[in-house]
Amino acid sequence: MTNKIILAGFGGQGIILSGLLLAQAALLEGNEVTHYPAYGAEMRGGTCNCSVVISDKEISSPIVNKPDILLLFNQPSKNKFEAKCIPGAKVLINNSLINEQALRNDISSFYIDATNTANKLGNIKIANMIMLGALSKITGIVKLDSLINAMPEILSARNKKLIDLNVQALKEGYGLF
Amino acid sequence: MITGKILYKRPKTLKDVNMSYCPGCSHSLMNKILCEIIDEFDIQKKTVVIAPVGCAVLLYDYIDCDSVEAAHGRAPAIATGIKRVNPDNIVISYQGDGDLLSIGMAETIHTANRGENITVVFMNNAVYGMTGGQMAPTTLVGQITKTTPSGRNPENEGYPIRACELINTLEAPYFIARCKVTNSKSIMQTKKILKKAIGYQINKKGYSFIEILSNCPTNWGMKPKDSNKWIQEVMSKYYPVKIFRDKGEA
Amino acid sequence: MNKKILMKGNEALAEAAIRAGCRYYFGYPITPQNEVPAYMSKRLPEVNGVFVQAESELASINMIFGAGACGARCMTSSSSPGISLMQEGISYISGAETPAVIVNMMRGGPGLGNIAPSQGDYFQAVKGGGHGDYKIIVFAPASAQEIVNFTVLAFDLTIKYRIPVMILGDGLLGQMTEPVVLPEMKEIQDDINWSICRGQDQVIIRSLYLVPENQLELHNLHLQKKYRSIEKDLNKYYEQYNANDCDYLIFAYGTTARVCKAAIDRLQKENIKIGLFRPISLWPFPKEEIISISSKIKKAFVFEMAQAQFEEDIRLSFEGKKEIKGFYKLGGAIFNDDEIYELIKKNI
Repeated sequence: MTNKIILAGFGGQGIILSGLLLAQAALLEGNEVTHYPAYGAEMRGGTCNCSVVISDKEISSPIVNKPDILLLFNQPSKNKFEAKCIPGAKVLINNSLINEQALRNDISSFYIDATNTANKLGNIKIANMIMLGALSKITGIVKLDSLINAMPEILSARNKKLIDLNVQALKEGYGLF
Repeated sequence: MITGKILYKRPKTLKDVNMSYCPGCSHSLMNKILCEIIDEFDIQKKTVVIAPVGCAVLLYDYIDCDSVEAAHGRAPAIATGIKRVNPDNIVISYQGDGDLLSIGMAETIHTANRGENITVVFMNNAVYGMTGGQMAPTTLVGQITKTTPSGRNPENEGYPIRACELINTLEAPYFIARCKVTNSKSIMQTKKILKKAIGYQINKKGYSFIEILSNCPTNWGMKPKDSNKWIQEVMSKYYPVKIFRDKGEA
Repeated sequence: MNKKILMKGNEALAEAAIRAGCRYYFGYPITPQNEVPAYMSKRLPEVNGVFVQAESELASINMIFGAGACGARCMTSSSSPGISLMQEGISYISGAETPAVIVNMMRGGPGLGNIAPSQGDYFQAVKGGGHGDYKIIVFAPASAQEIVNFTVLAFDLTIKYRIPVMILGDGLLGQMTEPVVLPEMKEIQDDINWSICRGQDQVIIRSLYLVPENQLELHNLHLQKKYRSIEKDLNKYYEQYNANDCDYLIFAYGTTARVCKAAIDRLQKENIKIGLFRPISLWPFPKEEIISISSKIKKAFVFEMAQAQFEEDIRLSFEGKKEIKGFYKLGGAIFNDDEIYELIKKNI
């Protein structure tokens, strides 16, 4: 089983970081993983994205051309990536910032009020964790516990308070579905 | 049998070979002075001299110390690499004007700016010697060279660069001085200054930059004696001989 | 065994260098390899090493020359335009025979190009980008784990042969995060009785030999003899993927080779007998192995992110005996497995 995932949004939404957390969680579950970020100038201004591949066997291509799972954090990302995913793909849409419905009817779309929920929890920056929590529940590609256990590897362990907040957001996202 | 005190002899570090420098050139004199200082500090086995591209490229054929031969302009970078690996060795970057101020300007300034604990010996003879007398960054206004046949014209070639003054704008350098070797008195003075610089390096004080106003009788088209007179009367007017900075005396 | 951890290619490379005994790093920032100097600047002081941010790639390669002259395990890293600037220094280091590990995380060119992954520096790396007759050992890893393994090997080989060793990656390999298993910290005892600063009789590290016949010619013959012995002694590193009993064989290296594997998996499901031959050491080049495998196939394909550079070496090995069809991506564009699948389908 191989999952090809794209996470996309704008700079500052923690896209790269949440991709790394997802990869680390999948690694903890014994999978092969790759994480490839769009890097450099592309990270400023426009869309920011990363590709994560999770597989139970050696991963040949880390490049995701046609994702089967898509996490969309803002409208420009939806414009860019919705058309690319395979039929039957699971598409998670942050409808706090994306007003438009899915344009395709051959995909399963899920609407997550991530940014607003993050705001309610007191920090807009944890919208990415709401999305990841929801991803865990919707797709089951990684367990919620794995995401939580992966947290200290990705976030600096010094910042205990931040980890607690992120874990809370993961659980909140998980509970939305 | 003749007995008595030896008053003068070839320094141990100076190899007993013929030098390829032109007769009357300041290089041969400065090579010897450097060897005398190395002997006086007894640091022959721990000194590394960087041989530059230019007339002094065969420096290691005359000075019996470990040596690395640099690409044009890169001597201070190589010196940095050596010194960072072996901080207790004495590293001397010996360079001419084209090497130090033209192609190697970036390395010169940044090595000085890092305050690398090395000694730079800058032989300024206002001309490219080995390639046959082309304009150097230090060629004086009006000076005729192979590439300034009507004399250096600032409108086309800019003005000569004063190295000590430039380096003196940086915070890190420990000792900056300009010397000349035109007569016995100035030779003695130069040796004293260069010895002080190397002493500073031994005591891990930091970066020293010692400029020597040098002659090039061949490319200047002068007799050695006249070339020394030209340094006295013309060159040292634009490039004042003095100690610019001495943090050891401050 | 150490546990599998997630690391970015550039950081895995830097940590592998430290574990291989590298204590001296000199470099200048350039994307997409900036994580290497950043990591080294933090990590080297922890192991009593030295990090210097040089004023340019000209300075970094010459700082490496100085450190290497002392027999030190030292490294610089850059990306394509910076590696171009280093070519002069690489030629001097080759002539003077000092150790140096040089990392090139290739990006799109020519000129300033872009910062996307590319394989456009193949000729520069394997044919000698600087002046004079010289060779450098070139490894082209295709994963973070291979970056680790070949970086460790690079340090052993550069000390053993006193020849520059290049790790030739690209922006993708540098930026991608993958699980790696790191080796233990190596205890170093190098035989460097040729180096300066040992307090012995004079040692001269040089590349100038003014007399042609009995000096520079002899020095060159000595270098060539060394290169021949490296070609003979050094294992040629390569990977074969489903390469036995194939009608078609893809030749590719690095990132491109990985993507090809995904296409091969799909093609094999359709009973198309196709495999991959992936050289890892680009110099020495596994020519004999390619000659031998070329006789068993109908047709070869070459995929590279450059215009027929790597392909030229495949053609030289094939000596015109089999058909070769090349496909190229230029200017930082990357192949994806769907494209490769379609291209193969159209051309068999």
